[in-house]
Formats: sequence, C-alpha cells, structure tokens
Amino acid sequence: MNLFLQQLINGLNVGSIYALIAIGYTMVYGIIKLINFAHGEIMMFGAYFAFIAATSFQLPVWAVLLSSMIIMSIIGVTIEFIAYRPLRNAPRLSALITAIGVSLFLQNLALIIFKPDPKVMPKIFPETIYKLGEIDISSTTLITIGLSLFFMVLLDLYIRKTKQGRAMRAVSEDKDAAILMGINVNRTISLTFAVGSALGALGGVLFSVAYIQVYPTMGVMPGLKAFIAAVLGGIGIIPGAMLGGFIIGMVETMTKAYLSTTWADAIVFAILIIVLLFKPTGILGKNTREKV
Amino acid sequence: MDHNKKKAYLVNTIAVVSLYLVFFGLIQTKTMNNYFVGIAIMTCIMIIMAMSLNIVAGFLGEMALGHAGFMAIGAYASASFSMALVSSGLPLPKIIILILAMIIGGIVAGIFGFLIGTPTLRLRGDYLGIVTIGFSEIIRIFFINFGPTGGAAGLKGITRLVNFHNVFWITIIIVLLIFTLGRSKQGRAIISIREDEIASEAAGIPTTRYKVLAFSLAAFFAGIGGALYAHYQSFLEPSKFGFMFSIEMFVIVVLGGLGSLTGSIISAIVLTVLPEMLRTFSEYRLLVYSLVLIIMMIFRPQGIFGRSEFSLTAFIESLIQRKNVKNSTDGGEVS
Amino acid sequence: MTVLSAKNITMQFGGLTAVDQFNLELDANELVGLIGPNGAGKTTIFNMLTGVYVPTMGEIMLNSQSIIKKMPHEIVKLGASRTFQNIRLFKDLTAVENVKIAYHNFIDYNMVQGMFRTKKFWDQEKKAQEECMKLLDIFDMGEYADTLAKNLPYGQQRKLEIARALASDPKVLMLDEPAAGMNPNETAELMETIHFIRNKFDITVLLIEHDMKLVMGICERIIVVDYGKTIAEGTPDEIKNNPEVIRAYLGD
Repeated sequence: MNLFLQQLINGLNVGSIYALIAIGYTMVYGIIKLINFAHGEIMMFGAYFAFIAATSFQLPVWAVLLSSMIIMSIIGVTIEFIAYRPLRNAPRLSALITAIGVSLFLQNLALIIFKPDPKVMPKIFPETIYKLGEIDISSTTLITIGLSLFFMVLLDLYIRKTKQGRAMRAVSEDKDAAILMGINVNRTISLTFAVGSALGALGGVLFSVAYIQVYPTMGVMPGLKAFIAAVLGGIGIIPGAMLGGFIIGMVETMTKAYLSTTWADAIVFAILIIVLLFKPTGILGKNTREKV
Repeated sequence: MDHNKKKAYLVNTIAVVSLYLVFFGLIQTKTMNNYFVGIAIMTCIMIIMAMSLNIVAGFLGEMALGHAGFMAIGAYASASFSMALVSSGLPLPKIIILILAMIIGGIVAGIFGFLIGTPTLRLRGDYLGIVTIGFSEIIRIFFINFGPTGGAAGLKGITRLVNFHNVFWITIIIVLLIFTLGRSKQGRAIISIREDEIASEAAGIPTTRYKVLAFSLAAFFAGIGGALYAHYQSFLEPSKFGFMFSIEMFVIVVLGGLGSLTGSIISAIVLTVLPEMLRTFSEYRLLVYSLVLIIMMIFRPQGIFGRSEFSLTAFIESLIQRKNVKNSTDGGEVS
Repeated sequence: MTVLSAKNITMQFGGLTAVDQFNLELDANELVGLIGPNGAGKTTIFNMLTGVYVPTMGEIMLNSQSIIKKMPHEIVKLGASRTFQNIRLFKDLTAVENVKIAYHNFIDYNMVQGMFRTKKFWDQEKKAQEECMKLLDIFDMGEYADTLAKNLPYGQQRKLEIARALASDPKVLMLDEPAAGMNPNETAELMETIHFIRNKFDITVLLIEHDMKLVMGICERIIVVDYGKTIAEGTPDEIKNNPEVIRAYLGD
C-alpha cells in the first residue's frame, strides 16, 4: 500500500510536469490546428536558461523561474512569427513539416551552443523530506505539484474570465468569425504562443530539477509524451491537457514501479493508440461530423 | 503503346544501363573506394524507403510517421531467417538467400502493415500520424527487450549478402514496380481516396480496403528495404529505427514532392549523399538541413516536383530545343 | 417496376430530426425532382439513399434489395450513383482519370498483373480508356480529357461529375443540384443531356434542384420537402399551384 501511495505521489509529480507541457501543445493546436513539434525544444531551452540563471547569475528561485518563462515566451512568439505565420494559410502538412524543421533546428542549436554533455541542474528548491506516515514527500515534489496547479488554475481563470482569454477561445472556434468580431487574430495567436511557451518552459525547469540533467535532446521524449497526453485528454481542450498529463504521468510511474521500466514507454504509446482508436477526440473531446 | 511512350522507355532504359555501367567501371577500377560504394548502397536503400513511404504519404496522402518500424520488422525478420538458413548448412547461392530473406522481410512487414493499418486507418490526418509514431515506438521498444534478436545490444553476425551490383538492380526493379502500381487501377483508386475520400467511396471504390492495401504495400516494400539494410550493415540495433529516422524518411518524400516518385528518388539521393559529403561540417549539417526544411516549406511547400514526375525524355528534348533555338538566332525567324 | 424505394426513413442527429419519415417510390425510367427550401433535408435524403448516412429509422430498397447499413461503394455496385452539391471531383486527376475511377469495377486485372503489366492490363486499360472517352464525348468534353479536373471551367466540372457518375453503369442516377451556378444556356443544354442519358442508358433519374425552369421543364414528377417532411407530391402543374408549396417557399 505504501509503495502504491508513494508511486501515486511520484505520478502526480511527473504528471503535473507533463500537464504543463501538454497545455502548450493543446493551446497551439486549438488555435491554429498545428502540432507544434518544437514545443519539446521550448521546454528544453527553458531548462537551459534556468540553468544559466541559477549557475552563472546565481539568481534567486523566483527569478530563475520567471526569467526562463519570460525568455521562452519571447522565443515562442518569435518562432511563430518567423516560421509559422507565413504558413497560416498553407496546407496543414507544410506547417507540420516546418514545425519538425524548427524542432530539429533548435535541438542542433542547443547542441552547438551548449555542447552535448549534460549539465547538472542545481537544487534551486529547498530540499526537505516530509514524512506522511511511512511515505516520503520531498519539498521539491510539493513545490512542483503546487506550482503546476497554481499556474493551471491561473490559466483557467485567464481563459475564462479575461478578454484575451475569450479572444483565444473565439479564434479557436472560428477564426474568420473572430476577425469579423474585431478580434486581432495575429495578436491573439502570438499571445497563445507566449502563454504556452511560458508554461512549457516552467515544465522544463521543473523537469530538470526532478531529473537533474539538462541536455539538448531532453525535450524529445517528454515532448512526445506530453503531446500524447494532450491528445489523450482531447486535443485543443485545455482541461484535457491537464487531465491527460496527470494520466500519462500516473501510467508511466505505475508501470515503472510495478511492471518494468523498459516497457513503460511502450505502454504509454499503447494507451494512446487504444484511446485514439475508440475515442479519437480524446477523453473530453466532442464528436464532429464532416458535412457531405 | 504509342510512339512517345516507346521513346521514353528507350531513353530511360539507356540511362539506367549507362548509369550502372559507370558505377560498374568505377568500382572495378577501384576509383570508387569502399566508403563511396557504401554511400551508393545506402542511397539505393533510402530510395526504396522513400518510394515505399510515398505510397502512403504521396498516393494515399496520409501522414505516416512510423515507417522506420516496418523497416525494423523487415530487417530483423529477414536477418533471423538468413542466419537460421546459413547455420543450417544448406548450400544455397548467396543471391538466393538474399532474395528469400528479402521476401520474408517484406511479407512479415507487410503482414504487420495490414494488422496495424486495419484499425489505424479509420483515423485521419494528425491523429493517424500520432498513432503511427506510437506503433513504431512500440516496435522499437519491443526489439530493445526481445532477447532472441539481441535486445538493446543488437543483432550481430548477419551475413553480408548485399553488394552494389545486386542492390542497384533490386532498387531498379522496385522503382519500376511502384511506378506501374501508381499507373494501374489500384494506384488510381488509392490516389482518388487522397483527392476526396467521400467522392471516391461514392464512385464505387471500397476505400477502407484500398487504404489498408496502400499501407500494407508500403510496409512490404519498407520490409524489403529493411532486409537489404540488415544484409549490408551485418548488424542491427533497435535505436537506429526510432522516431527520428521515420521523420527523416518522411522529410525526404515531402521535399521531393508528395506523390512524385522521381521526386522521392532525387530527394533520397541528395539527402543521403549530401550529408555524407559534408561530414566535415557535421556539427552544422543538421542545423543547415533543418533551416533548408523550414525555408522550403515557406517558399516551395509542394516540394521540388510537386505531384508531377520528372521526365528524362522531356528534359533532354528541352535541352535539344534550346540548343536549336540558339543555333538559329542569326537572322532566322523564330517560329 | 420499382427500382428504388424508401419507407419512412428518418434521420436524427442527436436531438435534431433532419428528415422525418420520408417515403419514395421510384419506378424504372422515371425522371423525378426533389425540391424544397434550403435546409429542408434534401441532401440528407440523398446521403441516406447512397449509404453516406445510416437512417435512424426506416427501410431503403434498391432493386428489391435492402441497402440500409451498406457502404456507399457497395450501393454503387448494386446500381445507384450520385453527384454532389458542392462538386467533389478528384482535382489532381485528369477528366478521363476521374471517369475511370468510377469505371473501376469493370476493370478486372489484379494488383500483380497491374504491376507487371501483363496483356490483361494493356487490354483492359485500352477498353477503359475507350469507354470513358465515350462518356466524355456525350458531354462534349472530349477535348478536356487530359485536363486536370481543377483546371476545368465550372460548367465542365459539373458535367464531369455526371459523366463520372455514369461510368459505374447505374440503374438509378441521383443528381444533387446539377445546374447550380450554370447560366441559362448551360442549363438548357443540361436539360437536354439529362433527357438524353435517361433514354440512352435506360436509367432512372432523381434530382435535387433549385432552378425551377429545369425542374418544371424535365421532371415528370416532383416531391417537395420542407423541414424534413414531404409536403407535396405530384406533376409539375399540380406542384406549381399547390398552396403548401407556395407557403413553404414564400412564407405566409
């Protein structure tokens, strides 16, 4: 039982990180129907900037997080402007390939700038172990889960209660109608990328604190899994990304604990396949018919 | 067969045979060393991979991002088969073993193509893409954990049955077969599904059946490519058949033009040879590669050839015509 | 002899009833029109009759065989084909290739014979080319045979859709707004063509149209639907003067 509860906490930890990254995927897909393959690299650069802030500049924790999130926001918006906006009206496939190109570009840029050897992320959070009965919960875990939930709630409020949030929802539903309503679509899309990238960066920082290493290809697998999480929950639906993130985190943790480490990834993929075959729109998704 | 087609066939045949003779000469006279021969062999294999992927990505128009998985299945299946055959001591000529291994690799991969395609092809677009990635990753992870084929350490000791000569002609045959497939009733049916699935179904095409057929055929030929790969490298490692490799193959097809078979061939040649030539700049190679990709998509998203084919005959004729016009610019009339 | 019949077919999308107990009896060689205001459910009826939608309730028989739950391509094999309201051509295929797609079931060679180009391949491809060119010629489209469908002028695209629908040798041909976007000359030509193909190919024609000149001009019988229900059925003259029909189109 204790093992189970312990793994539950681990699952929540990993899950909240996946959820943060998944939100970035789902927001972008929701608004421009693009799978932003480069999002995993946003997460990776977020980790690197945090590393630099923490080691070279010795900034306090809050500054490390904030600076990473703000810088990646700007970078995310820039990427959209340079690589995705020109393809706004191009077929989906072209935009997808471009996203793949950006992903490869960023990975190799990091490789050249930072070199392939992994960096060690310093412990930016206070390290205390709390005991709940026989279970250990580290403060890092609590902070990770706490920060994630905090930002998710913040995002939910933002989307539901603010003008910009409503604009994002409008553009996701019907871009042309939104334009007619006087919404500045370009700005809304840029904002979406900014928010998504900031959350992705945060996910990257938390990931590197949890798994210690920072290296150029660290975004590939988590990115893929976070994307699967977004699809699982219902692509384009923000609560779906959160739900999907936690589920994938749980599945991965439980599989590693009870079955096998090497098969954990395969099981995550298998779940994805099963969900897509039986409910392609995801857990929280709606069914849409094509008009004939 | 009409006159123009006969002319085209003749030109193409001469071109292929001449090309072979050039390579033959280079190899025999040792002008081309093993390193370059290796590149040539890999190029042939990548041509097969690109063309097989084009059946699904180009003809059918679906995002198949898990092609490496089928290559892996073909590679491992054919290698297991040939290793068993060799150790059984049967005195078969190498070429026979290779052909049998290829067929086994292709068929096993094709069967998996059928099994995976049948449920998967109910999905469209992005969803189909993700599921194919999922299956491909599961296949890779399977081989990492599958002891009998070496697991993560890989499968060693596969007989090297592939040399430039046999792989060249095998590639030519496969190229021809995929070409004729594209211009047959089955090829037309598959293309019509890409153009408009609802209209295709309404015109009498059993779309589900043809989608699965396209997928299975692509897997079959990918399996053959995998078999050739295995019997050239003599060593197989699951990590080689990951998501990135699938993406590389997909990018080759897209840059050549989805649906253009000649585009796939040329793109495969350029994108296999060029990186090797630029090995000295290998640090920046992928960086430049990805930039080229982004720029291509912004300025020429349909790829080099779009959906049309490069015709050697037409190209030569246009060169001749240009020469003729040049020769008659001295006061002559331009007709 | 009834070639196509629909008994009380209903189509519900969640809470919305798009078509409510629609009935249809098409006899051989009839030329019947299906009219009604926009959104009345006409295309939905077509979609049920061709297998695109499965009716929530009711029965459909084609040549005395039930076709409920059959896939559209199976229904084509059984002898019914259709065109689409918003032209659905295979844009990157040529006109003749578009027609050849529908001619698919009359070509026999299997994949291996196709890939290795046996004699059977050459013979059947030749025949397919001839037959499909004949169909294009009926619509005076011979010169466009090798033009990509996306490059055809609008009127030719509409005609190509019909030519393609004929290639599967249907007994029942369903045309969804075949004259949409056509000028009066083209419409008149279309009216003649529909008559011609009905007679030459011995088929039954059911068409949806908004162009009243065409409907009144060639339809022998007209069914009027509104809000998913049949509100009138009869000859053109009967329909023209029917108060229900007038109310449906013009309001009270």
